[in-house]
Amino acid sequence: MKIHEYQAKELFKEAGIVVPAGTLCSNKGEIAAIVSQMSPPLAVKAQVLAGGRGKGGGVVLAGSKEEASRAAESILGMQLVTRQTGAEGVLVQKLLFEEGVKVRRELYLSILVDRERADIVIIASSAGGMDIETVAEESPEQIITVHVNPLLDLQGYQVRELIFGLSLEKAVAKSFADLLNKLYSLFMQYDCSMVEINPLAVTDADEVIALDAKVDIDSNSLYRHPDIGEMHDTSEEDPLEVAAAEHGLNYIRLDGTIGSMVNGAGLAMATMDLIKQAGIEPANFLDVGGGANAEMVENGFRIIMSDPNVRGIFINIFGGILRCDVLAEGVVAAARKLDLSLPVVVRMEGTNVDEGKKILAESGLDLISAGDLSHAASLLTEMI
Amino acid sequence: MAIFIDHNTRVLIQGITGKEGQFHTRQCVQYGTNIVAGVTPGKGGQKMDEIPVFNSVAAACRETGATASMILVPPPFAAEAILEAVDAGVELAVCITEGIPVLDMLRVKNGMAGKKTRLIGPNCPGIITPGTCKIGIMPGPIHMPGGPVGVVSRSGTLTYEVVHQLTAVGLGQTTCLGIGGDPINGTNFIDCLSAFQNDAETRAVVMVGEIGGNAEEEAAAWIAKNMDKPVVGFIAGLTAPPGRRMGHAGAIVSNGQGTAAGKLAAMRENGIHVCEKLGELGKLCKTVFI
Repeated sequence: MKIHEYQAKELFKEAGIVVPAGTLCSNKGEIAAIVSQMSPPLAVKAQVLAGGRGKGGGVVLAGSKEEASRAAESILGMQLVTRQTGAEGVLVQKLLFEEGVKVRRELYLSILVDRERADIVIIASSAGGMDIETVAEESPEQIITVHVNPLLDLQGYQVRELIFGLSLEKAVAKSFADLLNKLYSLFMQYDCSMVEINPLAVTDADEVIALDAKVDIDSNSLYRHPDIGEMHDTSEEDPLEVAAAEHGLNYIRLDGTIGSMVNGAGLAMATMDLIKQAGIEPANFLDVGGGANAEMVENGFRIIMSDPNVRGIFINIFGGILRCDVLAEGVVAAARKLDLSLPVVVRMEGTNVDEGKKILAESGLDLISAGDLSHAASLLTEMI
Repeated sequence: MAIFIDHNTRVLIQGITGKEGQFHTRQCVQYGTNIVAGVTPGKGGQKMDEIPVFNSVAAACRETGATASMILVPPPFAAEAILEAVDAGVELAVCITEGIPVLDMLRVKNGMAGKKTRLIGPNCPGIITPGTCKIGIMPGPIHMPGGPVGVVSRSGTLTYEVVHQLTAVGLGQTTCLGIGGDPINGTNFIDCLSAFQNDAETRAVVMVGEIGGNAEEEAAAWIAKNMDKPVVGFIAGLTAPPGRRMGHAGAIVSNGQGTAAGKLAAMRENGIHVCEKLGELGKLCKTVFI
């Protein structure tokens, strides 16, 4: 789960990590009052979760209060388009004003989970302010990585490896070590999957300040961080995805025309691939889970049918824990209740498959029953 | 012959008195698995059906000689449950639980390094040696005992689909297992492939991967160097949009890494028979394996 920069900076401040003096603004009426209290130069930063906001025009460095106010007027309420948002962009609902700091040097610093090595990796670079993937490609020698055993925590020699690797002067080294230790503790305390500070500024006063802050929290850990869970901002997500999540359904909207409902994530992905291979585009990923019941099937139907692009539905269920007869009853009930008008291909296999097929056949509904997956693929092609 | 479990495996269930625990215990017993004990702290001395329940894994092992554990406890307690099984010295721990925080699994993975316990999962359907022993939540009847095919997968229901097709074309299975859909897991593809290579009864392997990480690429390179048994590979997620987590915590394409296309290419380069259309997997296996 991503959180906003201003939220991440709240966590930083709480942890004792220095961030620029800043104020959050969520309506245009507040702009004048906020700006009058701050000393320029000011950074005006759109608070959106999508990456690439700087290049999209969501961040302005203003030399004067007037310039900052003008920038804020135009950014707040705009549809910000970045490489991660799609053509429609996302609505900027909040702005962060920050006072400029005298930057002597810009560094890059991040901490993340290394899934291959099953440890924590710290990545630092002297090329701050740049896209780290670009640095990794063009000048990999500028990147220093340190792997930390999660059982042993961050050791002094590992911090020194970064300090010497970045050629930090003694006075800066002390503040950097302090920041890194606090950042590592924050990472572990809040079950982060990534924290990134880019740029991390070294000031004239030998301080290190987090000019930006990106924090990703492991969604599976939210049961032990209810306060973080409350930070979840769904406004940039697809409303259908938000609705599906509320019903405990794993749904991702795509731009095709064939909706699908599947039990299990791997089979759901493979089903999307199968739809594509049949020459049509999948409208969604929907995993109703292994323990799905009739109610979840109905909710799944409702979500798929709310997508106006959908022209047909493919249900692919391998009955294990979820028995085919239960699934079939759910499908029939939902189709009746929702007055289903789209063509539906149902492919079931596994536990109680014969009973399931019988229920579908006797329902009197226009449900097309597929034998195996190859048969289902050809039925899908015919459907359109 | 089979890998990791056979007729000597004595199984205990952690979380046996829970709803899921009871249901799947009965399913496994019905399949013929030798379930000797259950563990639910505080319910020691009780029985679930005829199975004795203990307060700890250590006590269950001591009293019943259990050699393997199936873990069916909720995510907040699952990491600890794995460590308890490791500490009690079981040979095999199979963790079905989905949704364990990543940092918990990092600690477990590092904490059990060098210990004798093999962990399968978490977030997996488990392992089955058809006709002999089932430690997992997969539907038993779709399997066909006697080999010659070993199946290893990152998925659950997708594995059932694959097994079902194998059975339909008359290809039985030696052992089928899901290694789990989480970013940090115990047993990986290479561990399973290596065991299949060394298992006399297994004559061919189906490997089912999905987007995210680079386990499939590593496995493909390993196969080219170390295996002389034919391998058919399938990857789910060709149509997955980048940057989105496709249900499984580990199924995400990030910065162009972990794509299905990249994994399929790695498989092809390393001599694996790639199955592009899931509906034709059974037929392809029949052509390649027989």
